Amino acid sequence: MSEYKFIGKPINRIDEKDKVTGAAKYVDDINFGPNLLYAEIVESPYAHAKILSIDTSEAEKVPGVVKVVTGKDFPYKFGLYMKDRYIFAQDRVRFIGEQVAAVIARDPKTAKKAAKLVKVEYEPLPAVFDPLEAIKEDAPIIHPELASYPHVPWYYPHGGTNIAHWRKVRKGDVEKGFAEADFILEDTYRIPRYAHCCMETHIAVGFVDYNGRLTIWASSQSPHTQRHLIAEALRPLGFTEQNIREIVPYVGGGFGGKAGVTMEIIAAALATAVKGHPVKVRWRRDQEFYNTYMRQQVITKLKVGVKKDGRITALERTDYWDAGPYVEYGANVVNAATLSATGPYNIPNIKMDGLCIYTNFPAAGPYRGFGYSEIMFSIESHMTRIAKALGMSPREFRKINGIKEGDPLAYGAPMNENGLIECIDKVADAIKLEEKEESKDPKKAIGKGIAALWKAPAMPPNVTCSAFLKFNEDGSINILVSGMEIGQGMYTVMAQIAAEILSVPPEKIRVELPDTDRNPYHWQTVASHSTWLLGNAVKRAALDAREKIFDVVHRALNYEKDHLYLEDEKVKCTTDPDFELPLKDFVINGIMMEDGTYRGQAIVGSGSIMVEFASALQDPETSQGGHPNVHYTVGAGGVVLEIDKETGRVHILKLAEAIDVGKALNPETLKGQLIGGAVQGIATALYEDMRIDENGKILNPNFTDYKIPTSLDIPDEFIPIFVEVPQHDGPFGARGMAEHVMIPVAPAIANAVEDAVGVRVKAMPITAEKIALALLHGKKEVDDFFMAPTKKKEA
Amino acid sequence: MEKKTITFILNGEKRTIEVEPNDILLEVLRTKLGITAPKYGCGRGDCGTCTVLLDGKSVRSCLILAVEVDGHEITTLEGLSKDKLTPLQESFIEHNSFQCGFCAPGMIMTATELLKKNPHPTEEEVKEAISGNLCRCTGYVSIIEAILDASKKY
Repeated sequence: MSEYKFIGKPINRIDEKDKVTGAAKYVDDINFGPNLLYAEIVESPYAHAKILSIDTSEAEKVPGVVKVVTGKDFPYKFGLYMKDRYIFAQDRVRFIGEQVAAVIARDPKTAKKAAKLVKVEYEPLPAVFDPLEAIKEDAPIIHPELASYPHVPWYYPHGGTNIAHWRKVRKGDVEKGFAEADFILEDTYRIPRYAHCCMETHIAVGFVDYNGRLTIWASSQSPHTQRHLIAEALRPLGFTEQNIREIVPYVGGGFGGKAGVTMEIIAAALATAVKGHPVKVRWRRDQEFYNTYMRQQVITKLKVGVKKDGRITALERTDYWDAGPYVEYGANVVNAATLSATGPYNIPNIKMDGLCIYTNFPAAGPYRGFGYSEIMFSIESHMTRIAKALGMSPREFRKINGIKEGDPLAYGAPMNENGLIECIDKVADAIKLEEKEESKDPKKAIGKGIAALWKAPAMPPNVTCSAFLKFNEDGSINILVSGMEIGQGMYTVMAQIAAEILSVPPEKIRVELPDTDRNPYHWQTVASHSTWLLGNAVKRAALDAREKIFDVVHRALNYEKDHLYLEDEKVKCTTDPDFELPLKDFVINGIMMEDGTYRGQAIVGSGSIMVEFASALQDPETSQGGHPNVHYTVGAGGVVLEIDKETGRVHILKLAEAIDVGKALNPETLKGQLIGGAVQGIATALYEDMRIDENGKILNPNFTDYKIPTSLDIPDEFIPIFVEVPQHDGPFGARGMAEHVMIPVAPAIANAVEDAVGVRVKAMPITAEKIALALLHGKKEVDDFFMAPTKKKEA
Repeated sequence: MEKKTITFILNGEKRTIEVEPNDILLEVLRTKLGITAPKYGCGRGDCGTCTVLLDGKSVRSCLILAVEVDGHEITTLEGLSKDKLTPLQESFIEHNSFQCGFCAPGMIMTATELLKKNPHPTEEEVKEAISGNLCRCTGYVSIIEAILDASKKY
């Protein structure tokens, strides 16, 4: 097929009408009836403490309180990759905000009032917040039982320490590589914690009926994974995957924060305590900061050696990740990021260590970019600094070292087909990288910066996605998948894929929101893998249905199946131009024969896929062997910005990003995602600044003090660019890009800030305050890091 | 606490209900009246997802007590959509001005007020008007385009 009818077209979103009329139902919009109960969680005021006693008697006396539960009611562990977390704290708490007890009451006000009456006696323990402190020999050990925790085979926990996972990557001879180098740049970079800030806070409703069936309604990216993890945890109470059902309506943003399991398991557990009542747990905005995953704080020590001609000879780095007290998901961020911590460069000699470290800050985990935003800030800052030291253009330096198809990755596998160099060139051209611009305002300076990016979907090697597709009497289609529409426009793209194959326009295709009872298995909507993998499953389901359509027509009308094709919702035949049979005439009712019998079947299709070439089994000392990543999506971002030299305030004049999407299935939704992700990247670079005090308390868990961009903070101009080097195993050549668009923005801004005013900011965020103070004091480098408390308070 | 009876116009219909003096309008709309387009996003007026029109003026329903609307008129997104989509809603569709859609009800209400007061705003005026409505998905560009485009139809 040379020209597509629906693929590559700016098809409108299929959820548009729901969302502009307020008809779109999110979990909190569902009416659960008058029997609904509300939970209020009693949270730890200490970052690390022993629980000596819990007295719930006063709370239980409050009229309207139905039940009060504590950890003793649910001594069950859970975790996606490592089981290191309880539903409620058992004998100790490990972060401020940890769930200690819950009051279930008939209305939220009563629950809140009674929760204040739960008396918990604690014995504070020494806490640790700085990952570098946490790995010292005398640091308080946060999980004394770490060595016994079940985990996936690609985790390497160090029992008796706070190192939950240590990923080592070794390739070539790094000492020899540095000896060959003409120039070496060594420095430290710091990335703070960040919050997802979905507009919809986490919410879950659990309900156990009198038949013992547990239903969960959740704002989730992971209905099947949540069902499985909840079933695993609640097995002692008799729950299995079969008698747990999870329903996910529209979700008000995810960005990784609604992946895995966080608070959903609380709603599930509480429902088991009050059979017959739905129980709602909804996070307030401040709880959202504490009790869902944040992005991890990272301290990176990075050393890169280069020849005079620009070739990188060696790279050595150690990343110290602050994962918080539970790493059941977050350690995989460290794992994925470390394997790719070279950035998209072909480097012969590599030594990389990623340490996932327990601390007493709230738990951290997946966030748009899955560790790549963090590793790429240091790499891409370093690349521009080295290029400048060599007197080269940052563009040329990246092009010399940029990885090409077939080049060996850090772990030995070959790089996939990609358009990295084209992306770098297109972005550099778009912002006229090499042309210096002067501001008309003498108080202001203009700077330009560029950064490359790559990212692979981080997922277990046996991830599987599936799709069902069924025709209706009018020839319309319902597609059932369990991938989540969290805003990315996936359902529209799934409809386009089926539309292309079955010749039914997307507006006649509904894609149904997940219900684990009815929609087939999908691992999680994460890793920007859905267009690629679920897209393949939907394509297979559509091909399956098409095969059945042709089979029916062949049996009824004797046309050879090879001669049949679909066009404009009709079956047509290459050998009989006069033949056309509308789908609606037979996809349910069949085709009548001369004798009055029928040939046909209700047309349904199914498609399922597993990545059978991936393997996470590698040498633990080198990461060689195996094939942990299916492929990479690459790209580049560039900014032109203007800085007020007195206030340090940054204004972005132009932002260009080029992503190699393989095939742009829907350029309009891609453009929307690119701009949205770029602004999220700007947010982490310029505005978001989480402050945590020396006791581990977040000082700004709200939008008044934790600033995310408004409409007034966006660049004057966006230049979205899509490069299309086809992915050989992608649907119509496509690969994912949703997380990627955030990755290059922060380092591109850091590079542009230095270009404008000569100040290198090595610790995010790059706030106006940091720039202004550096300019005031004549500092060329800023490594102040406001977020981490510098002194540890002994309890 | 002693309950109060309030009467107000909700999306064109007269409603009389009983509320507690400290009940928040947003929660009353959502839980007592089944009006779920206004969303809870922050509970303190920062994000704008709960924006409704009070006598035609956009307000944060999470910052208003239900008793305060006694005798007044409240319009939510449900009220705009009753008969047919407004040009603004059509424009939101045309420009793909939402992703997760959670901010859309508040955003559309704020923009509705803007276009009523100022039918032909400049881009800067649009940005200023919606700056109290946070969106984490779109980067605002498509929303601004939709509002500017809709303004041509007024």
